[in-house]
Amino acid sequence: MALLHSCRFLAAPRLAAAARASSWWSHVEMGPPDPILGVTEAFKRDTNSKKMNLGVGAYRDDNGKPYVLSCVRKAEAMIASKKMDKEYLPIGGLADFTRASAELALGENSEAFKSGRYVTVQGISGTGSLRIGANFLQRFFKSSRDVYLPKPSWGNHTPIFRDAGLQLQAYRYYDPKTCSLDFAGAMDDISKIPEKSIILLHACAHNPTGVDPRQEQWKEMAAMVKKRNLLVYFDMAYQGFASGDINRDAWAVRHFIEQGINIVLSQSYAKNMGLYGERAGAFTVICSDAEEAKRVESQLKILIRPMYSNPPLNGARIASIILNTPELRKEWLVEVKGMADRIIGMRTQLVSNLKKEGSSHNWQHITDQIGMFCFTGLKPEQVERLIKEFSIYMTKDGRISMAGVTSGNVGYLAHAIHQVTK
Amino acid sequence: MRLNSCLRQCLGLLVLRHAGTAWCCLFQHGHGVCVCAPVLCSSGHAPESGCRCVHLDQSLWVLLVVRKVNLGVGAYRTDEGQPWVLPVVRKVEQMIAGDGKLNHEYLPILGLPEFRANASRIALGDDSPAIKENRIGSVQSLGGTGALRIGAEFLRRWYNGTNNTATPVYVSSPTWENHNSVFLDAGFKDIRTYHYWDAAKRGLDLQGLLDDMEKAPEFSIFILHACAHNPTGTDPTPDQWKQIAAVMKRRFLFPFFDSAYQGFASGSLDKDAWAVRYFVSEGFELFCAQSFSKNFGLYNERVGNLTVVGKDADNVQRVLSQMEKIVRTTWSNPPSQGARIVATTLTSPQLFAEWKDNVKTMADRVLLMRSELRSRLESLGTPGTWNHITDQIGMFSFTGLNPKQVEYMIKEKHIYLMASGRINMCGLTTKNLDYVAKSIHEAVTKIQ
Repeated sequence: MALLHSCRFLAAPRLAAAARASSWWSHVEMGPPDPILGVTEAFKRDTNSKKMNLGVGAYRDDNGKPYVLSCVRKAEAMIASKKMDKEYLPIGGLADFTRASAELALGENSEAFKSGRYVTVQGISGTGSLRIGANFLQRFFKSSRDVYLPKPSWGNHTPIFRDAGLQLQAYRYYDPKTCSLDFAGAMDDISKIPEKSIILLHACAHNPTGVDPRQEQWKEMAAMVKKRNLLVYFDMAYQGFASGDINRDAWAVRHFIEQGINIVLSQSYAKNMGLYGERAGAFTVICSDAEEAKRVESQLKILIRPMYSNPPLNGARIASIILNTPELRKEWLVEVKGMADRIIGMRTQLVSNLKKEGSSHNWQHITDQIGMFCFTGLKPEQVERLIKEFSIYMTKDGRISMAGVTSGNVGYLAHAIHQVTK
Repeated sequence: MRLNSCLRQCLGLLVLRHAGTAWCCLFQHGHGVCVCAPVLCSSGHAPESGCRCVHLDQSLWVLLVVRKVNLGVGAYRTDEGQPWVLPVVRKVEQMIAGDGKLNHEYLPILGLPEFRANASRIALGDDSPAIKENRIGSVQSLGGTGALRIGAEFLRRWYNGTNNTATPVYVSSPTWENHNSVFLDAGFKDIRTYHYWDAAKRGLDLQGLLDDMEKAPEFSIFILHACAHNPTGTDPTPDQWKQIAAVMKRRFLFPFFDSAYQGFASGSLDKDAWAVRYFVSEGFELFCAQSFSKNFGLYNERVGNLTVVGKDADNVQRVLSQMEKIVRTTWSNPPSQGARIVATTLTSPQLFAEWKDNVKTMADRVLLMRSELRSRLESLGTPGTWNHITDQIGMFSFTGLNPKQVEYMIKEKHIYLMASGRINMCGLTTKNLDYVAKSIHEAVTKIQ
């Protein structure tokens, strides 16, 4: 009989008796609700008519409704009319999509793109792409098990890398005293990261803080990262969504590559194309040359196959049609800027409403920060009150999704925030 | 038709060069040989594999028909050798496309509720005691593979203690090759095989299977193919399943069903789910990974479901809460399109009836190809017995051809099949049956 030598394994006769009487799962603990997605669940259960969901980062129009982009509808109509078959995609995904995705991130004039020294595989939106990358690094990046995340980072980063078998470390990033970037702290920490560790950077619209480095700061970070010989993992979930300009939002990614740093990158089309539930994303590895890229690709496929065999088509096809059809691409750029602009407008309105409420606090960070999220600076007790007394839902760290703010509810939000902070 | 389209769609292709200036495409559909008008190709264009290129003398046309048959394809094909989008799927897709109220918001982590409940109901049956007693759970997954992976990840963390990577996982010999990788990548260190295919008698090695279960350490995990075993097409009979269940119950072995062909195998959803339902009625706690790739033809939308059957609702709830955590770090939440199509179909009596009809169409064509192939081989007097072709069920058949014979089929006859001798019945059509039967006959008589 094989030895079942798990450190927590119960003696066979006892377990057998237990199995006879009850379930295999008696010892399975109840998992806690997801900190981010669980907010929406709680919101749905609330019956208060004034309730606001500022939890998950899903864009809403000024009526608080989900927004299906017009270019997406057009792409869908094209797809419906073509009546295509449903044959399996290759493991690496839809080629037109992955190629266009790489070009969107790297820029059409990128040397790395033109030379073909990259591989891009389709992933299950941002999460799936991050996970493929994490698994790939766990298997092939033997120099280190440590991934350095900014403090704070997206809540799901930690469990993703952990489940992939890596360890988490942190570098200073957000300064709660100023509600902005602790650049000196970040540079100090990064300078001490052991060589050949993995460092994760948010390409733009940092989640949850909305605090991004300026270009001069990115330049210094690139130089330091190069000096420390770190493996750079960029997470770009908001290209176009941050400033309204896709090239500007990809500046850091492109600068690092130009500096000779062979990054790995995950992209999501959940927000910038509103394709949330269609799960369109991509994972890219910048390689030394096209030959290396081919070898890396073969290994990525070996990782993907036992996860889900091959990726879902619908979202990738919509994204591909938009990126590859000039009129639709133009329309998309206008729409994504529209979304970014509405959010910028809401930031301004929130600050002015807080002033009108008579708040004496400095709320400048709300308009300084960029992207979908705002790190309000609210403490957990204050967040708790917002949820319980005002039915305004957000994550415990005080992060609000500006996308959930409308001209109709910004006044109520300002009022509530003032009540819990005065 | 442009050259790229020809090359993609044809079964056998001949590309001719006429007078060195133009290419003429001669291609063979299921219904015959057609000649298309000369098309201009860039010079130096290399012919696709499977083509022969002949340089012509002026007006002399030489026909070299290169016939090829793909019996390695992993998807359903019509009698014309084409992919088939189920009519009910087309209908529902158009409904979805036309519904302006639908958006692309995130699904919950565990998936679309209407999909999950109905997908599990399809597997377990409308009158399932487990459903009545509210002790089932479902996780919408990325195809059958995704369902297997979530189940495997959960088992590694929570089954037989906690984080017990040493629990033996048994897969059939042979099995779908990805089974090994799924469980290895989920962290299991000890993947073993159980006897299944008896090459000598071309059937199930039941005694070997039962012996392996008797000898397996208690609490071992067994991957069972619910129906239409891949790659052999050989399923246990109900009586044999009963014997298997008895041993598994006595030895505390965990049943993890892989159900990728429900409806597709016999044409009946209920018949194809018999084994899973029997185990449920015997009181087992089990997992069932379901795929809707084949029976809905939704291959590239990645529609799958992990059905969890437990002792009671409380246990199932805790299991699902932990599966949620696993899903969250793998894909966060599943894709919406395929689940919507399936849920819409399963919740409408009319669409459901249409779907069952479409499924029966596919199953019937496969059954027809089986009986036609067998009867041809028997008429030709091909050495050996060929009843296994019709005894086996589902998309695949283990022909019994040895590697040398397989090589002959590929190299000499351009009939592509797996080295194991596995063929996909869907690659057979009324047009190529004769050719395939004759080729098998040649292979078996010429090569030992």
